[in-house]
Amino acid sequence: MSDTPDIRVLTPYARSLGISVDRWEDRVPVVRVAFSEAVLGRPGALHGGAISGLLETAGYGALRARLAQDGREAGMKPINITVQFLRSGKEKPSFASARIVKLGRRTANISVEAWQDDRTKPIASAVMNVMITEPAA
Amino acid sequence: MSDDPAPSDPVFDPAKAAPFLMARAHNGWLGLRYNAHGEDWVELELPWRADLLGEDGREVLASGPIVSLMDMASGLSIWTRMNTFRAIATLDLRVDYTRPARERMSVFGRAQCYRSTRSAFFVRGVAHDGDPDDPVAHIQGVFMNIVARTVALPAEGAANV
Repeated sequence: MSDTPDIRVLTPYARSLGISVDRWEDRVPVVRVAFSEAVLGRPGALHGGAISGLLETAGYGALRARLAQDGREAGMKPINITVQFLRSGKEKPSFASARIVKLGRRTANISVEAWQDDRTKPIASAVMNVMITEPAA
Repeated sequence: MSDDPAPSDPVFDPAKAAPFLMARAHNGWLGLRYNAHGEDWVELELPWRADLLGEDGREVLASGPIVSLMDMASGLSIWTRMNTFRAIATLDLRVDYTRPARERMSVFGRAQCYRSTRSAFFVRGVAHDGDPDDPVAHIQGVFMNIVARTVALPAEGAANV
């Protein structure tokens, strides 16, 4: 039941870019973006910014799912993100999934990877720090 | 500097090149616009748009498009500093969000290539919503040459591969 919590994984930006939830793995969403003109960078390659958007979406999705699982009603604000671009993304679907490295009361540290055909060969990785805020009264 | 463009290299004018480079693909989809440039920096604008929000119900641009904005501004700052267009790849990009952007505001991305070597370019910059002295984010990035440039040394008769 709580494997797929009833939460909003996708932001307006993510939906607009064509990101969807591909599946859930161990209560963590795997997000996917199809290749399209909207995510194209230089000819034949994915845009680094689009990959970053996919990574961030996976990071926030994983955190929101964990908070829901813990029964925490909380908002999230970005503190920072560092993206490492490891390989050039090709004209094919891309996936991303995150791991909550540390979850505290006020902050979360999240590690994210994006891949295409082969999960063991990520095209990008990111580390995110997120502020967890009290819900607006 | 060891990496000045050769005299035959084309002159890179970001005011002319940016609209062309941002006409389509991801940058075109985001609607990035050229705003200003200097010797080693370029500023672009990401206009506010309802379908680029980071949260339902709050009219603030998502952070993903800001990464794209800064990535493109960084590339342009490198080509502007080098005065030539060459294939580069982003190695890493760090974005520190110092405050939320204001609702329904464009975000401007100003990136400066402050150091270049034969193989790497170092960029820093800010994203702001009107006042560059009051940024919404600071960025730091490293880019590299995709195609290694062969520097011919005619005096020493070096092979030009």
